[in-house]
Amino acid sequence: MMRRTMLFLPGNAPNMLINGDVLGADSIIFDLEDAVAPDEKDAARILVRNTLKYQKPTACETIIRINPLDTQEWRADLEEVIPCRPDLIMPAKAGCGQDIKVVADYMAQIEEQAGIQVGSTGILPLVETVLGVEKAFEIASAHRRVAGLFLGGEDLTADLHCKRTKEGQEIFYARSRIVCAARACGLDAYDTPFTDVEDMQGLVKDSQLARSLGFSGKAVISPRHVETVNAVFSPAPEEIQYARDVVEAIEEGKRQGKGAVSLRGKMIDAPIVKRAMQILDMERQMMGGDFQ
Amino acid sequence: MEIRKNAAAGTLESSDIFICVEPYDQLSVQIQSVVQEQYMEAIHHTVFQVLEEFGVKSGKIRVNDRGALDCVIRARMETAIRRGGSR
Amino acid sequence: MSKLVSSLKEAIIAAGLKDHMTISFHHHLRNGDYVLNMVLAKAAEMGIRDLNVNASSLFDVHEPVIGHIKNQVVTGLEVNYMGQKVGRAISEGILEKPVIFRSHGGRAGDMENGSAKVDIAFIAAPCADNMGNMSGKYGPSACGSLGYAFSDAMYADKVVVITDYLVPYPLQDCSIPEGYVDYVVCVDKIGDASRIVSGTTRITRDPVGLRIAWLASQVVKHSGYLKDGFSFQTGAGGASLAVAKYVEEMMEKEKITGSFCMGGITGYLVSMMEKGYFETILDVQCFDLSAVASIRENKRHREISASRYASPAAKSSAVDSLDVVILGATQADTDFHVNVHTDSNGNIMGGSGGHSDTAQGAKLSIVAAPLIRARLPLIADKVLCRSTPGETIDVIVTQRGIAVNPRNQELRETLVRAGLPVKDIQELKKIAEDMAGVPKEVACKGRTVAKVLYRDGTLLDTIQAKS
Repeated sequence: MMRRTMLFLPGNAPNMLINGDVLGADSIIFDLEDAVAPDEKDAARILVRNTLKYQKPTACETIIRINPLDTQEWRADLEEVIPCRPDLIMPAKAGCGQDIKVVADYMAQIEEQAGIQVGSTGILPLVETVLGVEKAFEIASAHRRVAGLFLGGEDLTADLHCKRTKEGQEIFYARSRIVCAARACGLDAYDTPFTDVEDMQGLVKDSQLARSLGFSGKAVISPRHVETVNAVFSPAPEEIQYARDVVEAIEEGKRQGKGAVSLRGKMIDAPIVKRAMQILDMERQMMGGDFQ
Repeated sequence: MEIRKNAAAGTLESSDIFICVEPYDQLSVQIQSVVQEQYMEAIHHTVFQVLEEFGVKSGKIRVNDRGALDCVIRARMETAIRRGGSR
Repeated sequence: MSKLVSSLKEAIIAAGLKDHMTISFHHHLRNGDYVLNMVLAKAAEMGIRDLNVNASSLFDVHEPVIGHIKNQVVTGLEVNYMGQKVGRAISEGILEKPVIFRSHGGRAGDMENGSAKVDIAFIAAPCADNMGNMSGKYGPSACGSLGYAFSDAMYADKVVVITDYLVPYPLQDCSIPEGYVDYVVCVDKIGDASRIVSGTTRITRDPVGLRIAWLASQVVKHSGYLKDGFSFQTGAGGASLAVAKYVEEMMEKEKITGSFCMGGITGYLVSMMEKGYFETILDVQCFDLSAVASIRENKRHREISASRYASPAAKSSAVDSLDVVILGATQADTDFHVNVHTDSNGNIMGGSGGHSDTAQGAKLSIVAAPLIRARLPLIADKVLCRSTPGETIDVIVTQRGIAVNPRNQELRETLVRAGLPVKDIQELKKIAEDMAGVPKEVACKGRTVAKVLYRDGTLLDTIQAKS
């Protein structure tokens, strides 16, 4: 699943929920947590549930951010939305493997009651505490529902007792740690959103940094960021061409029965082939998904 | 469910709907909508369907629709009933 | 000789205003205009009745017209656009004679060919001298271009200039010269500056509007017209401006220099010209303060008359040389006809303006609008009013897909090849109805309250009262 962009949409705004799927993001996150006022939590989860039930976006993936496990809200959130089979649940402030198991167990219980297949919905843990960062591998490997790790930088810096900056030095360790932990489990990692809506140059830099560290995509809080972040996390035309050449060279090598194959004077080893396959896979998804 | 206290749900923003419920000895439903010429029947149908689903037999229900889709009307009705009602 | 008279009443008497006459006004002062109300109030006070008012547009500020209609001071209206307040009253049937709707180009053309006769033109002039040389570029009520007033000045029997900023003769940089003017009167104030032009016009922040704009810009990109010499018109609404922004980004990337842009001119188009993306602006109307400043100061920002803009009676007009126009719609139908006259309930709240002029003139006309607005689907089986004929519309762009007029098969194939979400118009209609439900047909069964004339003067459609 390609998730270059995951767009946050406020869970209690009808117009945004209904049009969220046309904004170009690979995934949309219906937010029941921070974007919803405490006394509107009930309204938002009912609205999100109805959106999933009657107007479910078909063109992009739907993720529901539920309230943290230390609140009264998260169970009610799951009870409403799980029967409508969203693609992923994003538990806020995931701190350890046990948190994921608790959420997964409750999801299973609801799925069973609703008579739908257990495991229909995955989990994308939102790691945004120091404890969560330190236990990132445990979180990623806690349950087969886990589909990746998503780093939340804003809450994390509060936890770190430091200031969140645009340069992001303060979350460098957390970023790398999250990527490592996710990749170690064969999963993707997704980066925290860039929060200055107006600063497009800053957005490009921040996205490029995330991509260079191994993230597969990035959350966005403004629809106006979607296009830019999609572009940064999409393979460039040269990369796609190179990937095609690699695959072609390998096939040619096979036909000729060669053990080692080189391209442009460089040996093609297994990691290069793997990366080429990943890029071509993304290209296929982009061709199929962008406008549908 | 029975409406036991005054409650409201939704907003008056475009594409949303604002619903007030209050206790009353019979069922009284008032609907106004910016799209009443095109959708009054549909809105009416949905409002009564949700009332029936929740077994609401009495109460004063006031609906001010700003062009909400059917699923939004259902959500706001349900929220208002759950906020104002008890079993 | 002096044309200067001491009061509006004196001007009205001197010009010979009588019952049954046709008087005309322009709408450059938009929702800040005092002049139309001022003249009608004075005429009413003087006991004049049965006037036919030809105003290029009526805005909500002109609500007092409703009273004058009820008192029989005004018994006929000819406009290119009508705001919601007067529009609603007309739809309710307060005026016996149907309103005549024209396009901006059609109004100029009909004055030129004599089918729209004006006895006295009352021209609000933000700046004038005592012989009637006038300009919209200066003074406390500056509005920039006076484009729509040229035909009135040239073809009315008598011309009264009403200003609040009288300058010594000669006004050097005049738009409309003294030769057309009979009388000049200086009043306290011709308008409310804050409502004449907006401070700044902003690009929409609505994500759906931006998505539509982006898709529209992709249509422009792949249409083949986006190359050196490109000419472009877009509206002043936030979403239309967003198209301009995306087009600018493409022009920057591809190093394209366009020839001209038109439309309601805003600071955004001015900055595009200043940055070199367009050689010139042809300006029939300014929409914001920076446009007014630019038309005053920049030689490449040219004022043009409505006739030069779009008159079908002229041997040619600028719309004939236009490559691409971005248009709005309150409603469209499966034959691509567009309604900009009424709302979805059939009440008058708009008018063609330059819609049908540019749609016919431009090589590529794109309607950009949300597929659903507050539950109402954009696309109907039949529009409530045919403002612009479907055969002049090439593409309808919505956030959920792009419909190409079957008359333009080649364009359709090009857009499909480019990977754009091209859909059949019936399919778009169905998507909207699946989401919103099928709307009940609105019935307007009353008598005819307005006639919509096409730019060539032929009858395009009629608008009926609600009951």
